[in-house]
Amino acid sequence: MQLSTKHLLGIRDLHQKDIQLILDTAKQFKEVLQRPIKKVPSLRDVTIVNLFYENSTRTRISFELAEKRLSADTINFSASGSSVSKGETLLDTVNNILSMKVDMVVMRHSATGAPHFLAQHIPAAIINAGDGINEHPTQALLDALSIQEKLGALKGKKVAIIGDIMHSRVALSNIYLLTKMGADVTVAGPPTLIPKYLKDSFGINVTYSVKEALDWCDAANVLRIQLERQNQVLFSSLREYNRAYGITKSLLAALKKEIIIMHPGPINRGVELDSDVADSGQSIILDQVENGVAVRMAVLYLLSGRRDANA
Amino acid sequence: MKGVNTIMEEKQLRLTLQRLAHELIENHFPFEDTCLIGIQPRGIVISDFITEYIKEIHPNVKLNYGKLDITFYRDDFRGQIHIPSITDLPFSIENKNVILIDDVLYTGRTIRAAMDALLDHGRAKKVELCILVDRKFSRELPIHPDYVGKSIDSIVTQKVKVYWGEEKKVILYESV
Repeated sequence: MQLSTKHLLGIRDLHQKDIQLILDTAKQFKEVLQRPIKKVPSLRDVTIVNLFYENSTRTRISFELAEKRLSADTINFSASGSSVSKGETLLDTVNNILSMKVDMVVMRHSATGAPHFLAQHIPAAIINAGDGINEHPTQALLDALSIQEKLGALKGKKVAIIGDIMHSRVALSNIYLLTKMGADVTVAGPPTLIPKYLKDSFGINVTYSVKEALDWCDAANVLRIQLERQNQVLFSSLREYNRAYGITKSLLAALKKEIIIMHPGPINRGVELDSDVADSGQSIILDQVENGVAVRMAVLYLLSGRRDANA
Repeated sequence: MKGVNTIMEEKQLRLTLQRLAHELIENHFPFEDTCLIGIQPRGIVISDFITEYIKEIHPNVKLNYGKLDITFYRDDFRGQIHIPSITDLPFSIENKNVILIDDVLYTGRTIRAAMDALLDHGRAKKVELCILVDRKFSRELPIHPDYVGKSIDSIVTQKVKVYWGEEKKVILYESV
């Protein structure tokens, strides 16, 4: 058994059995992370560069920790403070790093398709840590693991994705993954933040009422309003957004059942998610972060074994 | 499967495993400072049988029995990804006698990995190795079993397989 792909560019390219394999492997790594010595020697002959062209806290630390727990050597690169500001191109930068014998590249970039472009031009294995508004595959995988832990197998589970769907790579990766694994998906948010053809392309439900989505779902994945990607006015103010689409304690209290609340972070407290919800027992936000390391260890481990395989 | 040679029939297999259990009892009873650890995945049928049998003869004995997965410690995983199994060590091995249990001892590389994996769980007082089938003269590392079910002569192209389903037996066969 191994992954059918050499790179992890997006959930779009994965088969159901690949996703299952990653999640199953991640569970074993979770056990490793509970041990007194949280480290295994699997990747001691592998060098990995973390190439971050965009800001990140969780993903970056999580990847770095995953690499260290697997005994890989790591290099961190961030665009600010590098020769990128002198005008060096992406391909030049990466080729220069690779000539120092690097085996795997973890990359985040603000441009959609940047990791796909690199995958065509360089021999190293590439893991997408978020590209523009396209995909963030490891986030979707850790979300899936977190849902699985709380609710059991994904098949037939109802997951609502709420908020800025348009600009969210987390939303797209989650939609791909959940539909592939047989879960039911509803997206909810303001009409201006939900792409028009989502319903037809994926066969998922779309609603503009957060209450309706919450009533329906077992788990709600609340997304951040990505102001940095919005170059026009899509809703009048953050306060108004919170009134109409924010998740509040009273909204959850009115539901007939207890649902779990997820958020990929960073949270805009008081905008998409109220503080008392984010810090409540229903929130599994910190479990998601914990699972992130195990999932990334699984991805790195499985892909490292594919390195020597022919394409 | 070519050149199949049955090394042990069910009757002999049970007798051998029972003897191994008795040897462990002889050296370690009442198992207060001793833990038995089966190596995933194929050592488990052996360790399950041995621990069950010990409990059968000594119903009041408290056994520390765990399972160890060594996938992440292998030195040969590049060629072929091994899927990890569960590691389940519900006790501390700190300052205990540990008996590693596996089905076949061949190059010794699995046991090397198992010892590395074990060290990550603590410092055992002493580690012993209990093996059902020992393939003599084929070691690539200086590793020697303490309890041996059966020693056999074999060559590189041959493989040993333990069947533990409806039919229970151990066979030696040509792999190429």
